[in-house]
Amino acid sequence: MGYPYPSHPKETPVLSKHFGEVEARTFDGWVARGGYEALKKALAMTPEEIVAEVKASGLRGRGGAGFPTGMKWSFMPKDDGKPHYLCCNADESEPGTFKDREIIRWTPHALIEGCAIGCLGIRAETCYIYIRGEFTEPWHILVAAVAEAYAKGALGENAFGSGRRIDIVVHRGAGAYICGEETALMNSIEGRRGNPRVKPPFPAVAGLFGMPTTINNVETLAAVPVILTRGSAWYAGLSLSSPKSTGSKLFSVCGHVQRPGTYEITMGLPMRELIYDMCGGMLPGRTLKAVIPGGSSVPIMNAADIEDCPMDYEGIVAHGSMLGSGGMIVMDDTTDMVYQVMRLARFYADESCAQCTNCREGTAWTTKILERILAGEGKPTDLDLLLSLADNMTGKTICVLSDSCAVPVVSGLQKFRGEFEAYLSGATAPVTAGV
Amino acid sequence: MSSHAETVHDPVFVGDTLAKLEALYPKYPTKMALLLPALWMVQEARGWVSEGGVIEVGEKLGLTPAYVRGVVSFYTMYHTHPVGRHFIQVCTTSPCNICGAEDVVKSLLRHTGCGELGATSPDGRFTVVEVECLGACGFATPILVDDDTVESVTPENVPTILARYP
Ligand SMILES: Cc1cc2nc3c(=O)[nH]c(=O)nc-3n(C[C@H](O)[C@H](O)[C@H](O)COP(=O)(O)O)c2cc1C
Ligand code: SF4
Ligand code: FES
Repeated sequence: MGYPYPSHPKETPVLSKHFGEVEARTFDGWVARGGYEALKKALAMTPEEIVAEVKASGLRGRGGAGFPTGMKWSFMPKDDGKPHYLCCNADESEPGTFKDREIIRWTPHALIEGCAIGCLGIRAETCYIYIRGEFTEPWHILVAAVAEAYAKGALGENAFGSGRRIDIVVHRGAGAYICGEETALMNSIEGRRGNPRVKPPFPAVAGLFGMPTTINNVETLAAVPVILTRGSAWYAGLSLSSPKSTGSKLFSVCGHVQRPGTYEITMGLPMRELIYDMCGGMLPGRTLKAVIPGGSSVPIMNAADIEDCPMDYEGIVAHGSMLGSGGMIVMDDTTDMVYQVMRLARFYADESCAQCTNCREGTAWTTKILERILAGEGKPTDLDLLLSLADNMTGKTICVLSDSCAVPVVSGLQKFRGEFEAYLSGATAPVTAGV
Repeated sequence: MSSHAETVHDPVFVGDTLAKLEALYPKYPTKMALLLPALWMVQEARGWVSEGGVIEVGEKLGLTPAYVRGVVSFYTMYHTHPVGRHFIQVCTTSPCNICGAEDVVKSLLRHTGCGELGATSPDGRFTVVEVECLGACGFATPILVDDDTVESVTPENVPTILARYP
C-alpha cells in the first residue's frame, strides 16, 4: 500500500499488504496472515532447493545494485566446515529511500522469516541485522519481534523442532551512511570504524569475522518468504517486465508530490503513473522539473526523460538513470538545481570515510566549488573543473561513494547547465527551465 | 573542561547493565564486536560517552582507549560532550531541503534558544544539530528528538512539538 495512504488501485501489494496493521507485528498476527509457513517449508528443503527457487523467481537485490539474489547465494562455499554468516542490510540511509523502515515497522516477521530462510539457503546459523542507529522505533519493534520469534520456537537451537539452529542478532549502527556499504557494514559489526574493505576477497569468501558471508537488503530478504509460499513462477509473473525485472517493488516517493509515501508496484509500470496517478502529481500550479528515481546516487532525469519510462531495471537505464534503491525524489519548478546538486555533493563530503584521496578531496572540493558558484564567486572554468573532478572520482576508489558524488554533478550539468551558467554570469535568482 | 565534565568515572557496567553486556557475549564470536553495543549502553546510562566511559569499555572488551576513541569518533551518534536534556537532529538533505528543512532549522534554533547549531540552550534543555537523511524523506521535515521521530515538522508547529519536551 502507498503507506501512509490506503492502497491505490494501481498498486500490487505483496510486501506492503499488511502495512498499517498493528497486529501483523506480533507473532500470532503474522501467523494468522499466513506467516511462518514459508520457513516451515524451507526447513524441509535442501539449501540447493531453496537457492534454485530464489534463482527461478528472478529476484534481484533491492539495496541498490540489483544483483540476482539466487546467484549471490550460490557463491557461498559448500563443504568448507567454516561458520557462514548472513547480514541483513537495514542501514537505509540513501537520501530519498524510506521503504525498508516500513517493512521493519509493519511486518518485522516477514523480515525475520526471510533472514531465517536466507540462513538455510547459504548454510549459515547466524544472521546479523544491521539497523541504522537513527531508526529507534523500527529497532524497538524489530527487537521485540525477534524476541517473540525465539519465544515461539521459530528461532534458536531447534527452529520449529527441526533440529536446526537459526540465530538472529539485531545490531544497531551509530550514525554513518557509509556503513550501508557491505564491507563497511561488516567492519562496523566487528567493532571497527566503518571503512569499506578492498575487494577481493569478496564477502562470500571472507566476509564478516573473515568467514563466508552473504549480505542482502531488507526488502530483498522480506520478499523471500512469499516466493517460497506462492512459488517462483507466481512471483516472476507479477511483473510486466519479466524475465529481467521480476516481481513487485517498493518505491518510496518524496519531494514535491501531493502524496509522498511508499508504493508497491509491479515492475514495468510507467513512471508517469506512479508520479501522477498514485502520488497525485505536482502541487497546484507547479510543474515537474527533475526526478532522481533511485536514491541520490543515480543520475538526475528531466521532465522529458521520464516520459515513457517504465519502472524496471532496464527501462530506467534506457532512459538515462538507474532504479537503484527505489527511493524516488521528485522536484518541481521551484527547485534551484545548483543548490540541490551542491547539497547532494555536501552529503557525500559529509559521509566520505576519507580513506581514498580522490573521494576525500574530490567530495570536499566539489562542494566548495558549487558553494562558490552559488555565492556568485564562480570562475568561468569552474564547470569544466567540476567535470574533471567528477572524472577523477569515478572508478578510482575503494567503494562507489566517490562515484555517487560525481553522479548528480555530471547529470545536473548535462540536464540543467543553463542554471549553472546563470549563476556564473551573475544572476542571483535561480533559472528554472531545464534543458 | 566544562562544568559538566565528569571528574571521577562512576562505572557503568555494574548490576543490570553489566548483565545486559554479558548476555551479548554468546551472540558474537569476538569481544570486539560488542564495542558499538557497549558504547550505546554507556550513552544510554550517562547521556554521553566520556573519557572515563571510553576507558571502562576498553577494559571490559580488552581494547585500548585509543582504539575505542578512534571508533567513537567515526560515528556521529555518540556524544563526546554533554548535550542538552533533549537532543534534536534535523534532516536537511536534498529531499527535505526542497520541502523547507532549512526554515525548520531556523525555527528550532529560535524557539529552543540554542541560537546556533551544536550549541546547548542556556537553560540546558535543548541541543539542535543538522544531520543527513534520516530515512523518513516522505515526511519532510523529520526530526529526531531523543529517541522519538517526529515527522512533518514545519516552522509553525515547532513550538507545539517543543512543548512536549520539558
Ligand atoms: C555508499 C554505499 C551505501 C550503501 N547503503 C546501502 C543501504 O543503506 N542499504 C542497502 O541495502 N544497501 C546499501 N548499499 C549497497 C550494499 O553495499 C549492498 O550492495 C546491498 O546491501 C546488497 O544487498 P542486495 O543484493 O539485497 O541489494 C550501499 C552501497 C554503498 C556503496
Ligand atoms: S570511496 Fe570514499 S567512502 Fe568509499 S572507501 Fe574511499 S574514501 Fe571511503
Ligand atoms: S532526506 Fe530528509 S529524511 Fe531523507
